[in-house]
Amino acid sequence: MIRSNVLSRQKRVVLRRAGSIDPYNIEEYIAEDGYFALGQALGEMTPEGVLEAIKDSGLQGRGGAGFPTGLKWSFVAQQSAEKTRYIICNADESEPGTFKDRLIMEGDPHAVLEGMALAGYAVGANEGWIYIRGEYEMSRDILERAVSQAEELNLLGDDMFGSGFSFHIHVHAGAGAYVCGEETALLESLEGKRGVPRIRPPYPTVRGFRGQPTVVNNVETLANVAPIILNGSEWFRAIGTARSPGTKVYSMLGDVNVAGLIEAPMGTTLREIIELHGGGMKGGKAFKAAQTGGASGTIIPAEMLDVPLDFASMRESGAGLGSGALLICDEDTDMVDLAYVLMRFFENESCGKCTPCRVGTAQMLEALDRLRRGTARRADLERLEEIAKYVGVSSFCGLGQAAPVPILTALRYFREEFESRLRH
Amino acid sequence: MEEVLAATDRVIDAHKADREALVEILREVNDENGHLTRDDLQRIAERTNLPLSEVYSVASFYSLISLEPLGRHVIRLCQDAPCHVAGGREVREALEHELGIPFGETTLDEQWSLLTTSCIGACAVGPVMMVDNDIFGNLTPEKAREIIARYREADVQDVTPTPQGG
Amino acid sequence: MKSLEELRRIKERALQRRKLSGKGSRARVVVAMGTCGIAAGARDTMTAILTELEQRDIADVVVTQTGCPGLCEYEPIVQVQIGEQEMVTYGNICADRVAVLVEEHIAGGEPVEKWQLTG
Repeated sequence: MIRSNVLSRQKRVVLRRAGSIDPYNIEEYIAEDGYFALGQALGEMTPEGVLEAIKDSGLQGRGGAGFPTGLKWSFVAQQSAEKTRYIICNADESEPGTFKDRLIMEGDPHAVLEGMALAGYAVGANEGWIYIRGEYEMSRDILERAVSQAEELNLLGDDMFGSGFSFHIHVHAGAGAYVCGEETALLESLEGKRGVPRIRPPYPTVRGFRGQPTVVNNVETLANVAPIILNGSEWFRAIGTARSPGTKVYSMLGDVNVAGLIEAPMGTTLREIIELHGGGMKGGKAFKAAQTGGASGTIIPAEMLDVPLDFASMRESGAGLGSGALLICDEDTDMVDLAYVLMRFFENESCGKCTPCRVGTAQMLEALDRLRRGTARRADLERLEEIAKYVGVSSFCGLGQAAPVPILTALRYFREEFESRLRH
Repeated sequence: MEEVLAATDRVIDAHKADREALVEILREVNDENGHLTRDDLQRIAERTNLPLSEVYSVASFYSLISLEPLGRHVIRLCQDAPCHVAGGREVREALEHELGIPFGETTLDEQWSLLTTSCIGACAVGPVMMVDNDIFGNLTPEKAREIIARYREADVQDVTPTPQGG
Repeated sequence: MKSLEELRRIKERALQRRKLSGKGSRARVVVAMGTCGIAAGARDTMTAILTELEQRDIADVVVTQTGCPGLCEYEPIVQVQIGEQEMVTYGNICADRVAVLVEEHIAGGEPVEKWQLTG
């Protein structure tokens, strides 16, 4: 046998149906209690009741920032009654090394639709949009089919469950741009424009899609909603940690024996994830570093293997959970080369709107290239660090603010390695 | 000209010339013809009531929309960190060598374009590349060459002369 | 959908149908056809399974698909269930392994242990 216990060790809330049901058949979702949360909510709960349940559950946004979902919804629910409200599902999963949302959409599309309808009911929105990245053709196809199957059964559409509540969902494909994962850039793109970020505030909860109050939630966040309504907030709070209840889906890659998607309670440590779910380090080599949260994530050393992975604990340790991508690097990893490849990504994806990001990423890439080739001098390294700090604080949006994070954290923990590559 | 733009018009009609659907219109016309011509942009601008400069600016922003003709097949190799550390660099070199062009270019016979893409979310089977709309994973230099050979072979069979009327 | 009651009926019907489709057929084969699976060759695996079953004139096996279970490293992943027995999950089933899998497990009833993922 290849190995054992890979799945049974996981705590699957969001992924419980992915890889077991046929995503093209709505009946399989219903057979496993699908749409029961929506039916119960529309029949037995008030919109305020749904909102309270999500607030009480302590659910935090799974897109990376960890903002309390219930609070975000309440900002939209508070807006004046004449305003049209929208629910947007951010399915522009483009963070390198992250593919959790794709797996949810491809494996259990109705979980996302049900979460959106519940969100709509809670905040008084009758229209939802899924903004899906242009490269995810299969996800788009599956979601479109799921929407039409749900409409056929009137699980979406007008007067659902005879409650008078109506909710319609549109699937919209992007055309290739990382920056559109940033919520205001996403809204611009959804309105048919260049995907450049807007100034915040006003936040989308006040002025979002078409200038109206808008909830923008990540796929994984929305997939958590129906289970919470069905099982109650206390059930949810019993999973994970007090400050970050529930589970987190990780995409683990790199030098571990078993790469792939893992769902574990919040607060599980990186060491446990590597040992228990990843089957240990590949070839028995030593762990050197991990990048948590995708290309814009922090690089952490072995001393941090036992920090609980949840939003608050990671933040306190100067790291971030981000999108849940975990790139595991063994002792042979060349940190300078890794930093170079990461910066190449940002230099390529910078939208060009603001100077710090547009010019800064190019200059950092150049410095890293010289370091990689062994032609950099000490002044280059100092300049790299200075530019990195500058770009981080002065960029317009999250892309530029996050671009220096891997470089700065790599320098914090692996400075000798960068210095050893200097030309004297 | 009118004939050439018929397909473009169909796409615009399908979206009711809605300004909000501009990105979708551009993408669909692009997918129909492989790229967008100046005439396409002009027609889209007229019918959506937007300045040509704005249509151009949107079209040039997105990586899946091309303003240049591309080859019959388009390879998009993922160049991000997870694929890179899994052996992407070797695959990159093998592709350039096999097709005789650097990344960003199209072969003289217009059969192949070699582009990079950012992460396509198939990282656990990296390195990965897309050929047209299909994703291939667990690439090695040999496997990449094999895939190109497979497409070349299929193309030859495609153009095998068959009886044709008119 | 008019009521929760109606949803309950659909659920019952779906569960019933699932049971019946198990009864009418001798075995069920599920291929993981997410993007990872397809990138690793799941489409070829699916074709090979259908061809192999046809060539052997096996008509009482249901072949369906599912999304990615998250064990991307082991794609293509194929699950086989004989009658009411427990589902067996296999990893790395590229097209060239299909003949043996069909021969031993589906036709012969003996799981191919060396390719099995358990847990």
